[in-house]
Amino acid sequence: MDGTPRLGHGFRFQWEPAQECHVLLYPEGMIKLNQSGGEILSRCDGQRDIAAIVADLEAAFSASGLRGDVEAFLAMAIEKRWLRLDTGAKA
Amino acid sequence: MNAPAKIGPPMWLLAEVTYRCPLHCVFCYNPVDFAKHEVELSTDDWLRVLREGRELGAVQCGFSGGEPLLRDDLEILIGEARQLGYYTNLITSGVGLTEARLDAFKAAGLDHIQLSFQDSTKEINDFLTHTRTFDLKQKVGEMIKARGWPMVMNVVIHRLNIDHIGRIIEMADALGAEYLELANAQYYSWALLNRDQLMPSREQLRRAEAITDEWKAKLAERMRILFVVPDYHEGKPKKCMNGWGNVFLTVTPDGTALPCHTARMLPGLEFPNVRDSSLHDIWHESEGFNHYRGTGWMKQPCRDCDKKEEDLGGCRCQAYLLAGDADAADPVCPKSPHHDIVTAALENAENPTRQAQPLIFRDPKESRRLSETEAPSPTA
Repeated sequence: MDGTPRLGHGFRFQWEPAQECHVLLYPEGMIKLNQSGGEILSRCDGQRDIAAIVADLEAAFSASGLRGDVEAFLAMAIEKRWLRLDTGAKA
Repeated sequence: MNAPAKIGPPMWLLAEVTYRCPLHCVFCYNPVDFAKHEVELSTDDWLRVLREGRELGAVQCGFSGGEPLLRDDLEILIGEARQLGYYTNLITSGVGLTEARLDAFKAAGLDHIQLSFQDSTKEINDFLTHTRTFDLKQKVGEMIKARGWPMVMNVVIHRLNIDHIGRIIEMADALGAEYLELANAQYYSWALLNRDQLMPSREQLRRAEAITDEWKAKLAERMRILFVVPDYHEGKPKKCMNGWGNVFLTVTPDGTALPCHTARMLPGLEFPNVRDSSLHDIWHESEGFNHYRGTGWMKQPCRDCDKKEEDLGGCRCQAYLLAGDADAADPVCPKSPHHDIVTAALENAENPTRQAQPLIFRDPKESRRLSETEAPSPTA
């Protein structure tokens, strides 16, 4: 899997104090995210590609080998249309 | 054991900003006596309600009505809601929507527009809404899409349009809808008055579901289709509003706060007004919101039912409308002692020579006429 993930059309990602978690908002609905989902999605800004997101997470949590988990989450999120993956040729 | 120990935040603040509407839909869920509640909240009242709702934890804000476009301050309210962090939803028939107004909504940060259609057949659409609006809606749909909004279309389905469901779906696809809600009419308010005309036969419903399933498979890549089965036919009480005082906080045009948009009809319950109380007190402390929370209010057969947590006894308004008792089991439940009322309505829908009164169109004159006396009930 390669490319730059960005939020799907109509989705908004934000921290909700009342829910004490990150959420994804979309027309008439809300998805509450667990901590790792929130950490991954907060980095899906349409700027960073998957490699950069993984590197950033590994640095932030002093961990290694996160690529598989991140890809599994991204695949699920893309399937649910939370995210779109830009795979166009990069400069 | 009465109300749940911890009351979570509402997810939705539903701002019914006006009961005024250019349409006259025969299935409208606004109260039949809406013309008695004409004094609307001011802009400042609404701005305060939006702030208090957000502090309470609501994340979805719906602007509906009536036709919300009739409020001149709608862009101000949308802008404030977006600023506060709500996901903002405009629920509109599209009548009165112009390019300039849409641009103002875009600038205010409106997240999404749900456009309601009555049917895909021009003649039936005009008949059902009693105005010539179909061409306009098509134009409005294109204007919404052109500004990059995701589009949710809502079509109320009933006996008079259910046979056109394939064409309705086709039209939604042509307009680029990403979500399509095919909502079978629910029999409250105006729809209850018109139930004999609106309720489909079992065969109509079966065919419509089969056609919808075909389209679901065909359009799976680009459109989500939700077919909301009518509870009369399903014989299964719905967990109404996802639980009383659980997800939704509705504020009506005159400021009355309700756990659902039709709850005002329930006798003996006091619902607070946002002019007098904060949304926090309304949600957490008021008798109106606490009364049917949880399961402690239930009587038999609900009290000992193994499904009571699942459906919470169904809908309180339906229990009141059909059984004359808001504490009763929802009569759509086969265990309800009043289930024969629902069965009779269903049987009536199978009868091709059934007698039905002429359709009653929602308008202020009818509203005043009907609220002078007790609203006629089909169960009477």
